[in-house]
Amino acid sequence: MRNPEGEMTNVVICGVGGQGIILASDVLCQAAFLDGLDVKKSEVHGMAQRGGSVITHVRFGDKVYSPLIEQSTCDYMLAFEKLEALRYVEYLTMHSDIIVDDREIPPMSVLVGDARYPADIEQRLAKYGKVHMIDATNVAAELGNQRVVNTVLLGVLSQFLDLDEKCWHDAIKQHVKEQYAGLNIEAFDRGRKLAG
Amino acid sequence: MRALLSGNEAVARGAWEAGCRVATAYPGTPSTEILENIIKYPEISCEWSVNEKVAMEVAAGACFAGARVLVAMKHVGLNVAADPFFTMGYSGVTGGMIVVSADDPGMWSSQNEQDNRHYGRHAKVPVLEPADSSETKLFAKLAFAISEKFDTPVLLRLTTRVCHSSSPVDLGKRKEVAVKGYARDVRKRLVLPAHARVLHAAVEERLRKLAAYGEVFPHNRIEWGKKSLGIITSGVAYQYAKEVFPDASFLKLALTYPLPAKLIKKFARQVKRLIVVEEGDSILETEIKAMGVRVTGKDRIPRCGELTPDVLRNSFATKRKRTKAAPDVPARSPVLCPGCPHRGVFYIVNKLKLVSTGDIGCYTLGALPPLNAMDTCVCMGASVTNAQGLEKALGKEFSKKVVAVLGDSTFFHSGITGLVNAVYNRANLTLLILDNFTTAMTGHQPHPGTGRLAKGEPGKRVPPEEVAKGCGAGLVEVVNPNDLRATEEAMKEGLAFDGVAVLIFRRPCALLVKPRPALRIDAELCNGCRLCLRIGCPAMSLVFPEARDKALAAVDASLCVGCGLCAQLCMRAAIKMAGETGAQS
Repeated sequence: MRNPEGEMTNVVICGVGGQGIILASDVLCQAAFLDGLDVKKSEVHGMAQRGGSVITHVRFGDKVYSPLIEQSTCDYMLAFEKLEALRYVEYLTMHSDIIVDDREIPPMSVLVGDARYPADIEQRLAKYGKVHMIDATNVAAELGNQRVVNTVLLGVLSQFLDLDEKCWHDAIKQHVKEQYAGLNIEAFDRGRKLAG
Repeated sequence: MRALLSGNEAVARGAWEAGCRVATAYPGTPSTEILENIIKYPEISCEWSVNEKVAMEVAAGACFAGARVLVAMKHVGLNVAADPFFTMGYSGVTGGMIVVSADDPGMWSSQNEQDNRHYGRHAKVPVLEPADSSETKLFAKLAFAISEKFDTPVLLRLTTRVCHSSSPVDLGKRKEVAVKGYARDVRKRLVLPAHARVLHAAVEERLRKLAAYGEVFPHNRIEWGKKSLGIITSGVAYQYAKEVFPDASFLKLALTYPLPAKLIKKFARQVKRLIVVEEGDSILETEIKAMGVRVTGKDRIPRCGELTPDVLRNSFATKRKRTKAAPDVPARSPVLCPGCPHRGVFYIVNKLKLVSTGDIGCYTLGALPPLNAMDTCVCMGASVTNAQGLEKALGKEFSKKVVAVLGDSTFFHSGITGLVNAVYNRANLTLLILDNFTTAMTGHQPHPGTGRLAKGEPGKRVPPEEVAKGCGAGLVEVVNPNDLRATEEAMKEGLAFDGVAVLIFRRPCALLVKPRPALRIDAELCNGCRLCLRIGCPAMSLVFPEARDKALAAVDASLCVGCGLCAQLCMRAAIKMAGETGAQS
């Protein structure tokens, strides 16, 4: 559903550099744009990639000013990794929909034994809204390509957003290489049907 | 037609529509995608220059020829290019000239958060500040017109949130603008004292005219709201202020140097309370105070860090219930990629307990644990010269445990002058060039060592080892950094060498080569000693299987690219390359 409070929808997409977060944000942004809405997307490049934590902000509605989402105003979070979902909870309300790929990528601090990967992420996230744990890796494996995990997750997110399905498909076609468009649309459709 | 463009794409599009003929840049976050997108337009001749000063001077030459030109760089790049920039401020233009400075408030990928609006005032050059992609495209076009009308380069000042945010833009057609051609004009371009004295007076006159133009420039605009609060703002700060103070009256400035004093005073007179909302330094506020207008802003809005809607709201204590960040979330810093050819070099630097003067690129990540193999990072090229300075102060013995480390692109950018200086001044220097055949950090742009040009066409390759020899380095070697033994031996040889030694650790960036099959752990042989964790590879971790009394190394096969560095460290030969079986023979 579009945010009932008003005309603005705020989505945070987060994960680990290299997971296809920027592409997913581009597709979401394009879908909203094709559906006739004003859109802004903000991301950060450079040092923020290379396996570091990555967050993008996507906002759409009748008129968008700030490309950045304010704390406590994010309607939807799409997290490609569990720890990264927890890292950005300050953006969430108490009623956000939190879509999380059920995947753990230990950061270097955990790999070298300086920190522990939290065991209770799902419970901790539940304080901020409804948590939708998704096994996107498994769906991508069934489709035979791990690179489409991000598109499966976008499909899950699409269930919550009032954007036209054709706009989604067109956005995907515009942002992935032609030879992968069919596969990505299939991945998206699978995600769109997954129980959120 | 309307499309979603990032600010950087919008600069490229605006330049193209305005008939830009020549574009130059050195890559640097957040500016890199400007030239990357200009490259797609066949009408524009462009190059990745070796550094920003060179880019500015090549652009200046094209401007002398009467072509519309654009030069793009990150904020610190303008420091490198400041010398020709200031002179161009005096010389003025023949074809329109845009200098794009992409500032990085918050230092997402930079060593400082300098506010390059200062450069406008300092070099007496007009500054335009767009607030979103649509304005960025428009202002890029207007900048050419202003440049030619007032005979001045124009500083188009962007920030990370303008460069890397996308929003809708109306696309237009390209309007061809003929190259005017070269006509000798020494009074304008031969900037000697006698000519410069005349030019300076003209520059002051130009600023007066520009200030008058700013009074009627339609993009310096007032949006009336409630008159109890007036906000003067520019750039992306405008967007944040609109979110936080939706009912206020706004004076949104686009031409922020020189400022339109009459317009500002008119606005100030009509509002009860006046604040300036600006990111970074107090530039508008200080100038406006100097006009005798009562205004506040930086007494509340921080000078440090990126301005965000949250920061702005907190500055004015506007009440709102806020979600707190979760405690105890382990940090996830960026890391050298699996298979990164820099890793072996840093492992040896750490192992030999060397002092390492560092530089700017992906390899700055060698400073992080567990490698901890970098001591300094000042600016492009400073690794070489900092190492020489350490020897000057502490003597030759100390230099035997110092290495200077920089990447191939950085070597061409600013390392060569330091190398010549070290040779000439009889320094003892061990310079490690990490040659991965690309400018990796900013997304793999070519440079002279690659022999490829901006648009992918072949260039003339300039091998760093030939440069080093030509500069007079006494010892020059090319080493495979994925061979730890060879790397250690070469480093020891370089450090023992009397004079300047240049060691080139050459292997392509791991992101540009086809991965080899993942390595695997032989659980029988692994004793969980953790030696393999010392290289800080994100594909390598330690697991604690229940059916085992000791830890076990584990390779994440989805990340491992089979470089084999970890296998060289294992004393028990427990890490197997693909196809390798059984115990060590």
